[in-house]
Amino acid sequence: MTMALAIIRRRARRWALNGAAAVALGYILMPLIFVIWLAFFRQEIPSFPPEGYSLKWFAAILDQRKFVDGFRNSIQVGVLATLIGLALGVPAALCLSRFQFKLRTPLANLLLMPLIVPGVVLGTAMYVFHVELEIGLDMDVLGTFYALVAGHIVIVIPWVVRLVTASLAGVDRATEEAAQNLGANPWVTFWRITLPTIRPGIVAGALFGFVTSFGNLEMSLFLVGPGRTTLPIVILQYLEWKIDPTIAAVSVVQILLIGISMLITDRYVKLARVV
Amino acid sequence: MAQLDLNSLSKRYGDFYAARDVSLQVADGEFLVLLGPSGCGKTTTLRMVAGFIEPTAGQVRLGGNDVTFLPPWKRNAGMVFQSYALFPHLTVAQNVAFGLEMRKLLRIEIDRRVEEALALVRLSGFGARLPRQLSGGQQQRVALARALAIRPDVLLLDEPLSNLDAKLRQEVRVEIRELQRQLGLTAVMVTHDQEEALTMADRLVVMNEGSVRQVGTQRDLYERPADRFVAGFVGRSTFLDGTVEAPGRFRSDGGLALTCTGGQPGRAALALRPERVEIGLVKSAGLDNSLPGTVEFVSYLGALIDIHVRLSPNDRLVVQVANRDGGFTPEVGQSVHVGWSASAGLVFNE
Repeated sequence: MTMALAIIRRRARRWALNGAAAVALGYILMPLIFVIWLAFFRQEIPSFPPEGYSLKWFAAILDQRKFVDGFRNSIQVGVLATLIGLALGVPAALCLSRFQFKLRTPLANLLLMPLIVPGVVLGTAMYVFHVELEIGLDMDVLGTFYALVAGHIVIVIPWVVRLVTASLAGVDRATEEAAQNLGANPWVTFWRITLPTIRPGIVAGALFGFVTSFGNLEMSLFLVGPGRTTLPIVILQYLEWKIDPTIAAVSVVQILLIGISMLITDRYVKLARVV
Repeated sequence: MAQLDLNSLSKRYGDFYAARDVSLQVADGEFLVLLGPSGCGKTTTLRMVAGFIEPTAGQVRLGGNDVTFLPPWKRNAGMVFQSYALFPHLTVAQNVAFGLEMRKLLRIEIDRRVEEALALVRLSGFGARLPRQLSGGQQQRVALARALAIRPDVLLLDEPLSNLDAKLRQEVRVEIRELQRQLGLTAVMVTHDQEEALTMADRLVVMNEGSVRQVGTQRDLYERPADRFVAGFVGRSTFLDGTVEAPGRFRSDGGLALTCTGGQPGRAALALRPERVEIGLVKSAGLDNSLPGTVEFVSYLGALIDIHVRLSPNDRLVVQVANRDGGFTPEVGQSVHVGWSASAGLVFNE
């Protein structure tokens, strides 16, 4: 009797847990589901129930140059910022986890700070900085492509540093010594032993850095120049005067892009293991 | 293989000597074991030979060449690490091939030597596996094969068996020793496990607090320990503290008047091996020392029995007897007599 009771209680507990997880997951997925659904509505004004379904809004994206341009700009900025962020973030993570120096902890916190500082604050700060720089250097800074990339590098670096540091913690230092003992100098040791071991962290850092950059709105608002807006800003500007399913279609493309890149990454590096 | 010489090797961190004036000679083909408690400087010494630690003073000579300040990758020393340190992203064969690739050998020669090294450790056919697909014992053998494949001048083993379970450890011990003999390797091993050290070494080096306390064969260390530390660390000893009144006459702090061999007048300790002391119900004639005592504690070890005997308020002795059929079986509280010949006791002046 008590046994049966225990089984019932265990089942009830499992149901409660799964139920709570389902609610949380539903809460997260609901907006995505609605956006995806909306992208296929036939009528211009979103209303329920839909009058019918159509793919015309996807075609409409291509008719609007600013979406295509915004998309291209976002990809360019994201890729460049990610590459430079890796070039800076990986060595930084190596230094932070390998060497003991006086400003180690402050430096680590500084590099992770863009994750905590609100995008608006970050954007304002950079805006002011770019203005000062423009005055000081007497050249175009504000609103240029490279100034935008520079801003995005700042938000890519924390992801790279965080994920690479995490995977460095899993590297057995003795394997590096073993490589040196077998005749590899420090440079060869890094390329042949350390780098392959932390590759999952680097790939994951690059992915999250790129996604962060690609989706960034608040900071970018301060940094873009005329004709060089990124996709999230184009979407916002479009929404300011018109609400039709084109926006939903753009979002679907965006979701697909990020989803596919995650799936591809996951084939090489199990994301569940790194994050 | 080559001869290895350490001349007055020291490593100092601030005021602390991790290793102090360590001088050792390892002959070609000899298996030398550095033995000592943790922090005694044995690992520091090994790492100075490998080149991971730069000595503060002294010299390392390998095969007659001074390698003291050569970086690790320019020395031809094969090392087996405590954690094995296999490259996790490379297969067994790639692990073993690594050192050979660094030496820029031809692919054909590399493949041949990888095969050869894996065969030596009985892992032929495992080349395509990843380290994590192997058991601890197999990983350990890959690490050994990797170190042997480069045909090192000296093989360095840093507590290579400490991550294996007890049974496997005994097997691998024999395996490493046989391989070392068969290939005529010059080898230096570090361990804190005295049984491991005693069973594997040609010669042992006992270290403590950064210094070499004694170098010798198993018999040398056990029969003629150089000091109190060695007497306590290699095998077991009970120490009676007291004073040498005259050479041959020792008086314990508990007031026991004992006969010993040698010793300088002054404070000293008398060390006795538990198995060299006899115990019985009656006083045994013919022994230089024979004393009454009371059994305080008995621990039954199976083949052996440890008996702790109180001789005076200050003196307690451990006696070990074989668990023979019809032999002496003591009980706590029993009155007994213990005795030993003067030559069984070793006197260490303070």
